Amino acid sequence: MTDQDMSKYPLRLADDKVPMVRFMNVTKRYGDLVVLDSLDLDVDEGEMVTVIGPSGSGKTTVLRMLMTLETINGGVIYVDGEPLTHMEKGGRLVPADRRHIRRMRANIGMCFQHFNLFPHMTALENCMEAPVHVLGLPKAEARDRSIELLGMVGLEDKVDQHPARLSGGQQQRVAIARALAMRPKVMLFDEVTSALDPEVIGEVTNVIRKLVDQHNLTMLMVTHQMGFAKEISDRVCFFYDGKIEEQGPPSEIFGSPQKERTQQFLSAVLEAG
Amino acid sequence: MMSYSAFLTEYGPRFLDGATVTAIQTVLAAILAIVIALVAGLMRLSANVVPRWVATTYIEIFRGTSLLVQLYWIFFVLPLFGITLEKFTAGFVAVGMNLGAYGAELVRGAILSVPRGQWEAAIALNMTGAQRMRRIILPQAMVIMLPPWGNLLIELLKGTALVSLIAVADLMFEAKQINGTTFLSAQAFGTALIIYYAMARFVITPAMRGLERRMRRRLSRA
Ligand SMILES: Nc1ncnc2c1ncn2[C@@H]1O[C@H](COP(=O)(O)OP(=O)(O)O)[C@@H](O)[C@H]1O
Ligand SMILES: [Mg+2]
Repeated sequence: MTDQDMSKYPLRLADDKVPMVRFMNVTKRYGDLVVLDSLDLDVDEGEMVTVIGPSGSGKTTVLRMLMTLETINGGVIYVDGEPLTHMEKGGRLVPADRRHIRRMRANIGMCFQHFNLFPHMTALENCMEAPVHVLGLPKAEARDRSIELLGMVGLEDKVDQHPARLSGGQQQRVAIARALAMRPKVMLFDEVTSALDPEVIGEVTNVIRKLVDQHNLTMLMVTHQMGFAKEISDRVCFFYDGKIEEQGPPSEIFGSPQKERTQQFLSAVLEAG
Repeated sequence: MMSYSAFLTEYGPRFLDGATVTAIQTVLAAILAIVIALVAGLMRLSANVVPRWVATTYIEIFRGTSLLVQLYWIFFVLPLFGITLEKFTAGFVAVGMNLGAYGAELVRGAILSVPRGQWEAAIALNMTGAQRMRRIILPQAMVIMLPPWGNLLIELLKGTALVSLIAVADLMFEAKQINGTTFLSAQAFGTALIIYYAMARFVITPAMRGLERRMRRRLSRA
């Protein structure tokens, strides 16, 4: 990207109301395949935004870019007004170095479809690992914080269990507690119930419900559970082929979708599920 | 002709001395091999081409040529370049460097077989590259690579027999000496054979199994 191109991106966001997350003209390619095409998306502080759409439409990629698990090929992502993918150098935005990314990444936490708990650590150790070794918290404090969070997700009696001894629903709840233990401002959920047996999905959605009710977290959630999305979201984004085809409050997206693709997708999903 | 028990009474102590030297050579070579394997295995996975290239070259050379030639190089040729190692040191250094090259590939393979999600979870928790490797990936890679390391250590034990060729007084060296003076080849080499087998089968294998069990329990992948 040339300097000319970068000049249209502010060094930091300074409107009256700065969004917690801003994707500005973000493009992601794998080789020739354009996965996300000039994406613009804002998420406000404390907002719960749900991302829905067909498989392969780029939903996971949106979260992974924000988690800095993927680099981007164009545009800028801002978090809390500061560039995440870039940094200021001599009055210009240049691609972020490792240090900048690590500093900015502290604002973001993520839960994955397959939990990705550390199998060689107990539930408690999973939660304490990063607070102790990344944040440098004293062990006792990290422990208290982790036990409180494991209690919040309903697992106070499982703190000393290894992941292999926990059900999928329990593992996913540990993963949520582990991410929260880092006190992120933004939480990302990528199909966190898709790998679960139907009867335990509720354990996990209840925890997310609680987060929405009791915390001022900013959340971006990819899900195939339309009922849950409808109930919990402030806003729903329907992705199609690397673009936001339609977005709005859940009542509108689910009640009276305007775009034909949205209608087709929703009727297909509702029929199937 | 001498009975086998008379033979053992006469030469048993020398076999024991030899076996002790073999055991020490094995332990020292194993430590060196493990260190080299870890370093070279990690260098092979580096994002930077220079360490990657250095490790690849090292592994190619030490796996692509024979241990005996490497031993002779280290003992007879390096002195010409001003690096003189005592024969005992040259012995375990050659064996350790050779088996370390094989071990490096085990380390690399095991690290790569830890699921990608583990790396990503560690990144999402903002761990540094070194923390990810040391605290998340290596403990899991360790469990994966223990069984092949058991085989490698047995290869290493057998490989130490070559140090007798530079006159390190190991088990093989003693067996040859005893054979040379008594001409009781079957007894001399038979005894050596049994001791090598026993060291592999009754020391290395159970030790590795025990370690594996302990690690697996800690991982408790039920
Ligand atoms: N590492 C990758 N390499 C190549 N293509 C990829 C990679 N990851 C994702 N893709 C492609 O990017 C597109 C979007 O993927 P993804 O964001 O996972 O979609 P979704 O989560 O909506 O199903 C898909 O076509 C997928 O095949
Ligand atoms: Mg996906």
